[in-house]
Amino acid sequence: MNYFFQKFGRILVIWLPLGWLLLFFMLPLVEMINVSFSEARRAVPPYIPAFQIGSEGFSFRPVLDNYLLIYEYWEDYLWPAINSIRLAFFSTLYCLLFAYPMAWWIARSNKSIQHILLILVLMPFWTSSLLRMYALIGLLNPNGFINDVLIWAGITVTPIQMMQTDFSIYSGMILTYLPLMILPLYASLVRLDVSIIEAAADLGAKKWDIFRTIVLPLSIPGIVAGSLLVFIPAVGEFVIPALLGGPEQLMLGKVIWTEFFRNRDWPVAAAIAIILIAIIILPIVYARYQDRERIS
Amino acid sequence: MKRSNLFLLIGVIAAAVVIFLNFDSSNIKTSQLSEAGGELKIYNWSDYIAEDTISNFEAETGIIVTYDMYDSNEVLEAKMLAGSSGYDLVVPTADFLARGREAGAYQDMDLSRIQNASNQDPEIQAQADRMVGSNSAGLVYMWGSTGIAYNEDMVAERLGDDAPTDSWSLILDPANAAKLEDCGIAILDAPTDVLPNVMTYLGYPGTSMEKSHFEAAGDALSAIRPYLRYINSSQSINDIANGDICAAIMWSGDAFQAAYRAEEAENGHVIDYYIPNEGTNLWFDVMAIPADAKNVDNAYKFVDYMMRADVAAANVNYVWYASGNEAARPDIDPEILSHPGIYPTEKAKEKLFVTPVYDAQTDRIVTRVWNRFSAGN
Repeated sequence: MNYFFQKFGRILVIWLPLGWLLLFFMLPLVEMINVSFSEARRAVPPYIPAFQIGSEGFSFRPVLDNYLLIYEYWEDYLWPAINSIRLAFFSTLYCLLFAYPMAWWIARSNKSIQHILLILVLMPFWTSSLLRMYALIGLLNPNGFINDVLIWAGITVTPIQMMQTDFSIYSGMILTYLPLMILPLYASLVRLDVSIIEAAADLGAKKWDIFRTIVLPLSIPGIVAGSLLVFIPAVGEFVIPALLGGPEQLMLGKVIWTEFFRNRDWPVAAAIAIILIAIIILPIVYARYQDRERIS
Repeated sequence: MKRSNLFLLIGVIAAAVVIFLNFDSSNIKTSQLSEAGGELKIYNWSDYIAEDTISNFEAETGIIVTYDMYDSNEVLEAKMLAGSSGYDLVVPTADFLARGREAGAYQDMDLSRIQNASNQDPEIQAQADRMVGSNSAGLVYMWGSTGIAYNEDMVAERLGDDAPTDSWSLILDPANAAKLEDCGIAILDAPTDVLPNVMTYLGYPGTSMEKSHFEAAGDALSAIRPYLRYINSSQSINDIANGDICAAIMWSGDAFQAAYRAEEAENGHVIDYYIPNEGTNLWFDVMAIPADAKNVDNAYKFVDYMMRADVAAANVNYVWYASGNEAARPDIDPEILSHPGIYPTEKAKEKLFVTPVYDAQTDRIVTRVWNRFSAGN
């Protein structure tokens, strides 16, 4: 009996989340690939599915038009893609620069306050991200809180334009994604053996050398994990640039939105999304593959 | 992973894919939730109905109304095209309704079932019908224009008393835009409401579908692009009311909402709105019934109720858009009726036009021109 429960329990614990992932992660992805090879039309739904099982049985008629269209107008998609990657790259970099000292400080502080500090890091997640963005708008607006204080203090006469700039976008990105960087960094820094640092110091290593040759290399798994967690959602970010950015920062997220809602071309929107996924996923898969090669 | 597990995994994925792709939602028999007389699901624009209209309707008919709101035609359209939205009555703008009907997302409305349909302004209804391409698509709820809202003092301060506050040139002329840059200019993020008007400003017909005309309009916009604060459809209401921006291409009703908010806040900003003398496009929001609506009878009852003169007037007095309802006029606030920005004068009417429903090809041109202008290259 006990054995049965153990076995059943194991199956449940493994297959339930796996089934969930399959259903709500894999299937939408498969459907998106399906739509990206479909032909657009004006109907409900607005495309003829490439792969279909209907009353007339099985049919498979993929079209490449959507990918060809992206190829033909590549300039329209390249610049937003570069914008998005630039935004994601610098957001990741800024998050890393902010998060590293914070994670180090949390990892080195007293065990009893570590939990409190970690909860504080996660606290912003308890309010809707949309609400936090509107709060940020309230701070950065020309007649928002910051400008009011600056003018009151006599530092400036006219309000400083902070909204619709790179500054406002990066503020929003860092505000949103910082916890995703701090947590993996903390996890790798807290495991770092202090005696190694002490040994290095005893042997006369300078602080910078200790950081460069010991702490940094040992925290690389945390840096990689945190960077991926920030970079990947940041590339496709739609809401933050839309709310905080100006018109010149056209990102891929907005381009996909435009294809979907303005051109009513769901297949092309799906094709862009698939290409974006490929661009992000392939280097990661390749890096993993290289790692494994090196180990074996 | 053990080999047998791998096969199991592949099997599950394959089975799930087959089930998913075979999934035709229209075949599912929806459980007969409630018999007719029970409920009505409405999807309408935000801030687009008087506060007590729905509760009055519920009290009068005993129908339970679910009232949801959207803030862009695109969102509504995506829901309609995906199918099975669950709504019984929606209010798309005429060109979106035309496309939706082409896709088979809407059903015809039998006007003989709506007694109060005779209250409708025949001229407005005919214009909307021509745009949709059908006499039985639905009834116009509100209509309005795209024009310019501006802060009277801020604009006068920068452009003097002879500022062209009757022309598109206030924003579209780079010389003016440069002077207004510091107090803030905004433009609707709605290419089909902006590009045709830029075309009229340039002397082309606003109804044109010529690629070169769209491109010329895009170039004209690019010329003022450096002076724009942002391109957004929902932000300017608040910003112009607060004095964060001083001139914006806006929809008429939004502009009056901003003017009202500034007045309420007593912040000293006076906002006005005008229909430029070069002409502008009209839009019509039409009450229509989705093809797969479940409570069609109640949708008819609601449309009939909305077409009642007193109900229509109460809505106009609240939202400050022009009503499609002719019989409501006596009950409408005279301030609204006499405002040329809401009910245009006969002279202004001559220059008003209705944009054609673009085909997929034209959609793509419009989007492309718009994206290039937005991105500033």
